[in-house]
Amino acid sequence: MDYSPVLISLKTAAAAILITFFAGIAVARWVISIRQENVKVLLDGVLTLPLVLPPTVAGFFLLYLIGVKRPVGQFFFTYFSIKIAFSWAATVLAAVVISFPLMYRSARGAFEQVDQNLVYAGQTLGLSEWKIFWKVVMPQALPGILSGGVLAFTRGLGEFGATAMIAGNIAGKTRTLPLAIYSEVAAGNMEAAGVYVWIIVAVSLLIVGGMNLIAVKKQSFR
Amino acid sequence: MRKENNNRIRKAAPLLLMAVMALSACSKGGSADAKAPAKAGADTAITGAEFTEAAPAAQTEESGEAVTILIAAAASLKYSYEDELIPMFEAQNPGIKVQATFDSSGKLKTQLEEGLEADVFMSAAVKQMTELTEENLIDAGSVIDLLENKIVLIVPEGVDAKVSGFTDITDADVIAIGDPESVPAGQYAKEALTSLGLWDEVEAKSTKGTNVTEVLNWVAEGSADAGIVYATDAKTTKNVLVIAEAPAGSLAQKVIYPVGIVSTSANREAAQQFVDFLQTGEALAVFEQYGFSANQ
Repeated sequence: MDYSPVLISLKTAAAAILITFFAGIAVARWVISIRQENVKVLLDGVLTLPLVLPPTVAGFFLLYLIGVKRPVGQFFFTYFSIKIAFSWAATVLAAVVISFPLMYRSARGAFEQVDQNLVYAGQTLGLSEWKIFWKVVMPQALPGILSGGVLAFTRGLGEFGATAMIAGNIAGKTRTLPLAIYSEVAAGNMEAAGVYVWIIVAVSLLIVGGMNLIAVKKQSFR
Repeated sequence: MRKENNNRIRKAAPLLLMAVMALSACSKGGSADAKAPAKAGADTAITGAEFTEAAPAAQTEESGEAVTILIAAAASLKYSYEDELIPMFEAQNPGIKVQATFDSSGKLKTQLEEGLEADVFMSAAVKQMTELTEENLIDAGSVIDLLENKIVLIVPEGVDAKVSGFTDITDADVIAIGDPESVPAGQYAKEALTSLGLWDEVEAKSTKGTNVTEVLNWVAEGSADAGIVYATDAKTTKNVLVIAEAPAGSLAQKVIYPVGIVSTSANREAAQQFVDFLQTGEALAVFEQYGFSANQ
């Protein structure tokens, strides 16, 4: 039984959440600060697209971007000798793109429900914007942001369509759990596929359940 | 009064939306496993209800109504079937409509085992056909070893080639092959590479496609530096270059494409007519045009 897909999936999801977490928060904060309504709405739509479109659409665009024969991919290849397509980095790229909207939306929602009065209070007390963000806004938004992070992590763990398109199915390098399951089912090895399925279900349940448990515990102190 | 009307609209809207979604789901027939493509322009249309029902809809062959048969065929047969053979057959047999689903023989075998209601199965290797026959899913007497194909090594066109042949195939960073467990092209690749003593090295840097078309397109896109596909696949795209054929003697047996009738087929006569058609001179001429050879 080859357990490399488990390791690869966990590595990929971990790397992806590291990027997505901070990117999602930063972008959410930026979008909220935009004053023109139209720009805000349009930006929000574009940033949410990977969530509502089929992952294969994201894969299509990514392939057009980083494929060896395409402009960006060629640039990286000729000047840095880095081939993004079909490398482990591509699995992370796919996971980031697909899970980003989840993180972004959760972060944005969390920020928007922060009591503005507290922010004003901070401003009248002379706190800098940075201090207000870290001491007033973040603690309030943290539960929403953390749950967004958990969702984004599990979404990155389960990414399949875009990964298959830009990272390929290289056992030991880019074959993530979902790809392994697909390959085993295609080969008729239902038992092997079943093992992978149970692993990913267990991991996801643990994470989501753990998150809920922490949320409940936090509530009980209020 | 206005407020009342608004409330009614608000209540009706979600119900209306659900009704629209339910209707579109029924008529489009969202059957995920029977990926029968609706060909533009060809009248192979059939309502999705045919695929979502558990028992096949009764098709009367005698009363002159159109009979529809489903062919499950290896991915490498897609172009020859869709572009020439199916239209040819339908023109000659106006009472029979042909639908087809193309994928790796391994995936199709799994689908047939899980209940895909196909009438004819044509695989790219004898292995899947034999296994299905042993499981009594294929009519043993109906199996014909119809075509022969060749395995070739390809590289992306327009990219500096890293390999020049089978001997230095390991110079590539990523080699695309079909998954030997489910894709005949992968089986043949494994066989050829094993006989050359290169299998282990190649497998370590291989990306395994779940059908041969996926392998072909990975190379065409340049994502893989080299790949092993059928000669017939290589002919379908300008984006790959064939640099070598499988060395003589590297394959224990020829690459054989057998065709057989699914034992649970509800349209046996029509299925047999299609299989007979495939053996005619004009059908074989079409296959040869696409790079296959008739199995002697």
